[in-house]
Amino acid sequence: MTDMGGTPIPHAPGFIANDTPRIVTARFDYEDSYTMERYEATGGYQALRKALHQTSEKVHGEVRDATLLGRGGAGFPAGVKWGFCPPGVWPRYLVVNGDESEPGTYKDRLLMELDPHQLIEGCLIACYAVGLSQCFLYIRGEMAVAQERMATALNDAYSAGYVGKNILGTEFSVDIVLHWGAGAYVVGEETALIESLEGNRGMPRLKPPYFPAAVGLYGQPTIVNNVETLSNLPWILQHGAGAFTDIGTESSPGTRMVAVSGHVQRPGVYEIVNGTTTFRDLLYSKAMCGGIRDDNQLKAFVPGGGSAPWFTPDQLDLPFEASQVGPQGSMLGSGAIVVMDETTDIPAAALTLTKFYAQESCGKCVPCREGGTWLEQILRRVVDGRGTPRDLELLIEVGETICPGDFPHAAVPSKGIEAVPFPYQMTTICFVGPSAFAPIHSALTLFREEFEAKVAGNENTTTIEVTIDV
Amino acid sequence: MKFFTEEHLELADAIIARYPKPRSAMIPLLHLAQEQAGWITDDAMAEIAELVGTSSAEVLGTCSFYEMFKRSPVGKYVINICTTMSCALLGAGELMEHAERRLGVKAGGTTEDGMFTIEGAECQAACTEAPCLQVNYRHRYRVTSDQFDSMIEELASTNHDVPDHGVLSRIRQHIPEDRFVGAVPPEDVVSSPAWMHDEKAD
Repeated sequence: MTDMGGTPIPHAPGFIANDTPRIVTARFDYEDSYTMERYEATGGYQALRKALHQTSEKVHGEVRDATLLGRGGAGFPAGVKWGFCPPGVWPRYLVVNGDESEPGTYKDRLLMELDPHQLIEGCLIACYAVGLSQCFLYIRGEMAVAQERMATALNDAYSAGYVGKNILGTEFSVDIVLHWGAGAYVVGEETALIESLEGNRGMPRLKPPYFPAAVGLYGQPTIVNNVETLSNLPWILQHGAGAFTDIGTESSPGTRMVAVSGHVQRPGVYEIVNGTTTFRDLLYSKAMCGGIRDDNQLKAFVPGGGSAPWFTPDQLDLPFEASQVGPQGSMLGSGAIVVMDETTDIPAAALTLTKFYAQESCGKCVPCREGGTWLEQILRRVVDGRGTPRDLELLIEVGETICPGDFPHAAVPSKGIEAVPFPYQMTTICFVGPSAFAPIHSALTLFREEFEAKVAGNENTTTIEVTIDV
Repeated sequence: MKFFTEEHLELADAIIARYPKPRSAMIPLLHLAQEQAGWITDDAMAEIAELVGTSSAEVLGTCSFYEMFKRSPVGKYVINICTTMSCALLGAGELMEHAERRLGVKAGGTTEDGMFTIEGAECQAACTEAPCLQVNYRHRYRVTSDQFDSMIEELASTNHDVPDHGVLSRIRQHIPEDRFVGAVPPEDVVSSPAWMHDEKAD
């Protein structure tokens, strides 16, 4: 491992620094990166000072010009989202989505643990720009260390006059309230997040209205932004939108954090150049993952979090650019890449994801609540060798009750399979249900022979064994 | 019967005051209750209902939705072993089997001495460090069977800094009175905030 470029950082387990521009992770190199002292010594809260000397509209314009794409999963431009607040409706709120729990995703936790002040400054800039009167920082319940680091940072920031009443002696006043979840993946969906913040079960709201910016917390205009998205704001304000768009591509500027896990030589969290970096760069370059473990062959990879349809080596040269990945049948999602080498039991790997989404269904939409559970049970018996050939059709039929029509998948030129572009149709309010089907659909489409091998010999089985876990 | 200690009751009031609507404090107060008792008792839910102005049935509705809230006693140390994809690809199944053997309970169970509960958990955002687990929501990375065993010994001794189940952040948010803007309820605001000079006309 010593001959590889890139520097693992012991106090940031998982993070590997390389020589690409570092917008949000620059401070990770310091062991005391999370302290007020380090933050102020490295330019911290200067962007806020700069912003306060400009009009709100100007600050908003800077972020709009930067084309900062949301880093939570949907990739919607933050500056545009901010503009969806209906004029004249007050108050407006900011809800920070720190409920990171998409399988494979691991970046917001690092940002909260290692650079909490950067996030706080980002929140303040957003509140100033859009006129948001109160900020709620919703951190995933299972992240005790992130909660402690954020609480310390926030207490220090209040004492120093950066947060609260008359910030830095100006008219700008906003509280940031720490709030944590209690274990529910679906709460990462922004309307479910708002429900949870209102003290309810974390169930997504019916749409329309589509955007909380129109109707959100307590029915008021509410901006919901991801931790990484907000963490970019101090840099953008400090260096200008032009410097940001100089990095990456026009439609996907800046950098983004990605986590690569699974069967690579060196799993890690990397900050990469958006838009131009390819999956091959990420998985095979010496500065990053350094290839597949044990010099094995790559079999498949999840390109954008557990919800994303899978890719195979045929898609390695695609860049981190949504406009190219979508037509090839998947999405960049939350920047989580899970790598499977040639030794992987594909149906079993799919089950580890389907199980997750079945478990995390909130139960509001019938196709997800019932379908997710059935998908898990049918797939489990196939994996256990108790499935029948009919089960393979049944998996697709159940999946189609959640996602009618063609489901996106990658092309397999060697098998004459053409790509079906992203996105899909869905009968559910949110993406949890479709996400239970995505791994099954990908695995069955790309590696059908592995499923057939598991059900071979069971052709004459007529009874369907049902197991219900209570 | 009152549930919260005087100190926690004071804290509960401070927490409620941060939200435009008291009900928003429900999850924070459930965490506070779990911190105090290690699990969520009926008394706790009744008192939280009173504090946020709703019924205990409503509190139960919210409480029961979230898997971190335990409605019966659990071990002093809850060990969550991640079983989602990245960890499963790198030995989470074997780690779980080992944990079950070592502690003599199945996933979901608690050891007879009340020390340990093991659970199969979902993705813990440490996917590059597989297989991982959490003890009372604090991570352990790339855990081998041997490391699991020494972790159990360590937790059984007093030589560690993992707080008891229920304690999440050991640092509380503190908003100094002179810096506190105060909750901003929708009904109290009709115009743009003071710093939005350009939009004052709205």
